[in-house]
Amino acid sequence: MLQFSRPEAGRLVISLLGNWREGGDYPPFAAVQNQLEQSPAPLHIAFDCSGLTGWNSVLITFLIDIIDYAQRHGIAVERESLPPGIAGLLKLAYAVPERAGARQEEVRPTLMERLGQAVYGLWISTAEVLSFIGEATAACGRLFRGRVRFRRRELLVIIQESGIQALPIVSLISVLVGLILAFVGSIQLSMFGAQIYIANLVGIGIFRQMGAIMTGVIMAGRTGAAFAAQLGTMQTTEEIDALKTLGIPPMDYLVLPRMIALFLMMPLLCLYADFMGVLGGFIVGVTMLDLNFLEYYHQTTGAIRLNDMWVGLFMSAVFGVLIAAIGCLRGLQCERSAAAVGKATTSAVVTAIVAIVIATAAITVLCNILGI
Amino acid sequence: MAYGDFVLQRNLTFTIRRGEIFIIMGGSGCGKSTLLKHLIGLKKPARGEIYFHGRNYWQAEEGDREKITRTFGVLYQGGALWSSLTLAENIALPLEEYTELSARQIRKIAALKLALVGLKGFEDYYPAQISGGMVKRAGLARAMALDPEILFFDEPSAGLDPISSRLLDDLILQLRDSLGATIVVVTHELASIFAIADNSVFLDAAAGTMIAAGDPKSLLAEATDPVVRNFLTRGGSLADGRPAAIGEGC
Repeated sequence: MLQFSRPEAGRLVISLLGNWREGGDYPPFAAVQNQLEQSPAPLHIAFDCSGLTGWNSVLITFLIDIIDYAQRHGIAVERESLPPGIAGLLKLAYAVPERAGARQEEVRPTLMERLGQAVYGLWISTAEVLSFIGEATAACGRLFRGRVRFRRRELLVIIQESGIQALPIVSLISVLVGLILAFVGSIQLSMFGAQIYIANLVGIGIFRQMGAIMTGVIMAGRTGAAFAAQLGTMQTTEEIDALKTLGIPPMDYLVLPRMIALFLMMPLLCLYADFMGVLGGFIVGVTMLDLNFLEYYHQTTGAIRLNDMWVGLFMSAVFGVLIAAIGCLRGLQCERSAAAVGKATTSAVVTAIVAIVIATAAITVLCNILGI
Repeated sequence: MAYGDFVLQRNLTFTIRRGEIFIIMGGSGCGKSTLLKHLIGLKKPARGEIYFHGRNYWQAEEGDREKITRTFGVLYQGGALWSSLTLAENIALPLEEYTELSARQIRKIAALKLALVGLKGFEDYYPAQISGGMVKRAGLARAMALDPEILFFDEPSAGLDPISSRLLDDLILQLRDSLGATIVVVTHELASIFAIADNSVFLDAAAGTMIAAGDPKSLLAEATDPVVRNFLTRGGSLADGRPAAIGEGC
């Protein structure tokens, strides 16, 4: 594909041959460089393209390599000897000089720099979270004084989406969690012949903790992510700016209804999940462990105290507020691109699940101290 | 105007008179849309003041600031219609927030505004169901919902075919004449600029400030700055008819 000839001293003719479109092995630039470095060093480069039957961008980049090398070494290149199409593209490529400072050098930050940036980023995000909490609290204050206006229909739609429509997935997961708890417990308990205490294990475990946590995790993935994606998209399409310029605070109009909806719906979903979880345990107890139907029922009702249920419901209400607030916060923080919406959604789910676990730990410790 | 440490434009001083159509023009990336964001109160300027009717916007109390903001109508680049609401509801929302009108009256006003922009009968469509040109016009209808004193348009003709773009220009002129509103338009569409402008500023990224101001028609006749001339003549003042440099100027 490449041939060299030196018809006279100081003149190198590069013959381009064959079809460069066909792919395969393109000649490396090193071959030309090799020729150019041979003494006597050429002063002119010309091209012979009579044998060239096809070309693509690889040829152009190859030629640019040659021209750049020639410019650095003060060798003249006779571009007129190239076919007009190639010459035209080369002319375009060199038409606008590189803008000074436009090229971004990749700078690898040192460890200290990275540490500093991370701490600074943490500080900024903490400030953002705190101001969000402040604004949300102020909005709640306005809500209780009856000075917040959002569309009631919007609230009802969110309640429907985050309440009733979540029932199937909540049912499935809760029943399975109940089943699993019962199975795992039965292996140990049947060693002592104490299978009946499966009812206690499942009942207390589900009502006090697992029901709330599982609904929390489901809703974080389902509704929290949806909130982040909705608000993030509204941010990218300037819909939130449009609200702001009309003097409608996004906090009142978008965030508050979502927080109210989850605050109301989470305890209901949690209660439903509690019963579904106990049903899961019941299925295992009655069908696999040969426990009596009534026996299991009485054991369960005897084991669960009303306080267990209240603790679970309280936790789920807290989770509801956390999930909605985090989803909305991540949505509002979103930048203006499709990738940013994806990031916001991921971050909303991760943050919400972490928050749920931390809140569970805090509430459990609190209950322990208060003796509930 | 700055993003963090990066100063986009400095030393901008201009006055927009009541009832005129004012154009903010310049090449891509020179900060036209950012300047608009400052004017409508979405971004606080790094330094300097903005006055509306002689009142300093950023020095005002928050309540007063909201009142000033309420006299604005903004048409965003992408329309920014609220996607979960129908067109009529989009127009109704600001009315519900700020007026004591009954639901029936609001519905009537929404229908009127849609009719004004040529979208009669589209009240119950969602933004996703209509074409790009219609979204722009519906956005315009929403911007007019509260009968604003100042209308801001961010690239109204971006993404529109030449005919729709021309119709939008006519609409803007008609609205100015019949509503008496002041209109601020960010654009780089030459045809629109010459068709509607009374006054303008020209922002340049390389200079980092405004390099021309005045009626674009007289700028075309008198401007000496080569960047402004090139822009207004579509690079026609150059010998080979090609813009001087594609990367330059922004």
